[in-house]
Amino acid sequence: METKNIMIVGVGGQGSLLASKLLGKLLLTRGYDVKVSEVHGMSQRGGSVVTYVRFGDKVYSPVIDKGEADFIVSFELLEAARWTEYLKKGGTIVVNTQKINPMPVIIGAAEYPQGLEEKIRAAGMKLEAFDALSLAEEAGSAKAVNIALMGRLSKFFDFTDEEWLGALEASVPPKFLELNKKAFMLGRQA
Amino acid sequence: MKKLMLGNEAVARGLYEAGCSFVSSYPGTPSTEMTEYVAKYPEVYAEWAPNEKVAMEAAFGASLAGKRSFCAMKHVGLNVAADPLFTVAYTGVNAGFVIGVADDPGMHSSQNEQDSRHYARASKIPMLEPADSEEATRFTKLAYEISEKFDTPVLLKMCTRVAHSQSVVEEGERVEVQKPYEKNPQKYIMMPGNAKRRHPVVEERTARLSAFGDESDVNRVEEGSDHSMGIITSSTSYQYVKEVLGDRFPVLKLGMIWPLPEKKIRAFAESVSRLVVVEELDPFVEEYCRNLGLEVEGKSLFSPIGEFSQNLVAEKLGAPVPQGVALEEALPQRPPVMCAGCPHRGLFYVLAKNKITTLGDIGCYTLGAVPPLNALDSTICMGASVSGLHGFVKALEGSVDGKTVGVIGDSTFMHSGMTGLVNVAYNNSNATVIILDNSITGMTGHQQNPTTGMNLKGEPAAAVDLEALCRALGIRRVRVVDPYNLAQTESAIKEELAAAEPSVIISRRPCALLKYVKHNGPISVNAEKCRSCKACMKVGCPAISMKDGKAVIDNTLCTGCGVCTQLCKFGAL
Repeated sequence: METKNIMIVGVGGQGSLLASKLLGKLLLTRGYDVKVSEVHGMSQRGGSVVTYVRFGDKVYSPVIDKGEADFIVSFELLEAARWTEYLKKGGTIVVNTQKINPMPVIIGAAEYPQGLEEKIRAAGMKLEAFDALSLAEEAGSAKAVNIALMGRLSKFFDFTDEEWLGALEASVPPKFLELNKKAFMLGRQA
Repeated sequence: MKKLMLGNEAVARGLYEAGCSFVSSYPGTPSTEMTEYVAKYPEVYAEWAPNEKVAMEAAFGASLAGKRSFCAMKHVGLNVAADPLFTVAYTGVNAGFVIGVADDPGMHSSQNEQDSRHYARASKIPMLEPADSEEATRFTKLAYEISEKFDTPVLLKMCTRVAHSQSVVEEGERVEVQKPYEKNPQKYIMMPGNAKRRHPVVEERTARLSAFGDESDVNRVEEGSDHSMGIITSSTSYQYVKEVLGDRFPVLKLGMIWPLPEKKIRAFAESVSRLVVVEELDPFVEEYCRNLGLEVEGKSLFSPIGEFSQNLVAEKLGAPVPQGVALEEALPQRPPVMCAGCPHRGLFYVLAKNKITTLGDIGCYTLGAVPPLNALDSTICMGASVSGLHGFVKALEGSVDGKTVGVIGDSTFMHSGMTGLVNVAYNNSNATVIILDNSITGMTGHQQNPTTGMNLKGEPAAAVDLEALCRALGIRRVRVVDPYNLAQTESAIKEELAAAEPSVIISRRPCALLKYVKHNGPISVNAEKCRSCKACMKVGCPAISMKDGKAVIDNTLCTGCGVCTQLCKFGAL
């Protein structure tokens, strides 16, 4: 099988590492070669962050380059717009419509761009936009936005509910499991 | 069992399986998790040392005592530990001794982009370089075999993409290793007479290691169908080359990056028409090849700056490059920022407000440099705030200054700020040092340090009393402020700057991300009272923004620290 590429992008602190952990565990149990690349340290402090998940028969590079991503899962709208160049022709962007102002916008040095969803679609890219934050809050915590997004992404793969929820169980602490299962299923049904 | 492991976790697994039983390290991105993961094995003693030099010397001591040992650090940490490094090269080891060092090409979280391979050559210590997690485990175990067989410390070189990428590792069993300690002054006392006898041993060892690299499959040739080009590569560059070119061209994949396998390289060069070295940062392998008299390309194609990727390799070696579609619109950047509730914010606000020249240091508080605070004037390396401040103040002694401070975190002060402070006291500069005591090593992800009262394994430990320490070092004026209290912080800084002797201000408030820190409820905005003056925006808090001309607070981020409340003259916050 040709290597598949999933990019997870967002704002440092939104929980992209847990999302990639979940995907990694799931894909490994399905027998794929898997690589997941993360960035730690200074970039995690509220900056723009990106995690790469790659799987297939044999994966060499741990990173995804421009024009290669089958999916870009974005925790935030501006971040989805920032990384569009990494999307493969025919790829899909799954985005949480939440807007988080970056510091240049907060201090008035820049404006948060308007109409990003339309602009991404106008550039010929497939965009699946939904409000993951509300679903996470409905499940019990705004912090579960990462898992709600994974639920939405899961619709594009032929793995069963049991496989996804099993990987989820192996990725989150027991006391947060029910909350995350709920957030996942809300995203999956969205 | 097959598991998906971070490269650093895979090193920890290798340490466990190799029977390593002593680990001493100082945290630093991207090296930190090697030590954090190995600390989870009860069979392995693991600790955070105050700095990398102490860690390396402690690990050497454990090797001398007969236990396989390890220390880990980031590339710049190896500079701190360079002193013991060059001499343990001469003494060699008793039980195996491995030094983990992680480079950061692309500078995701570092102040320079140095290439640590030069240390291997300069110190005459062999260096292994894994390309993924499976190799990280395997090479860690191999490093101990080499260490004991050749009587040498071994460097294990990671980089960000290997350290922080997960790939598949097959777990193995642990072996136990214990060697008796025997007194051997000629080997372990490096006074001139002994060291003169050890140096030839080191040179002869390097020649034997090069021959080992020729025979061992640690350096392997992967055959290709097209011999018009051959590629020598290692580490993550190997992955990009294979990703793009597959099995088309032969590849000499180096696992031991020093000493290099001369015969293998010569034979490989002879088998191909065009020889290309693909290596990140400096032309280390390329220059070696050139010194052998080989015709070689490397940095004429690939930059010595930053990380590589598959598209870059494709472009430089003539393969098709995938294209994506960028939006035409210029998008605002999203740089890292100090968190909402960060105790550093109030202090930096006061420094910026009073236009105080501030020599900075390494930690989260380097983020005090970015807009809107713009509160820092320099950042060099661990400890340079305090020692640099001494020089700055001395140089201007008797002239106008009197508005310069140094800021340093609690962990960084333990690492190498203390010696600078001794110099301040001993040579009597009128310096004001501010210790930002947030009770943790923050930027690297919350590691304990000698001031926190906990050790790496989470057990209670002796805690350094910072006030008593500063006094013992010779500073008479030592005071503590709460950086959430802007008025108190401001008056303390003004008073200490005005005092005619050295002083230390400890700005004390635990990191807002620590689990035990209780937050107040989010600050609420009284929109009627808000006059849109934007005074609250001057602190650069990610929880505050303006909407329709009024301040709004993001309740999911706000910790209720109250710093913005003190800035609002109209009682709107």
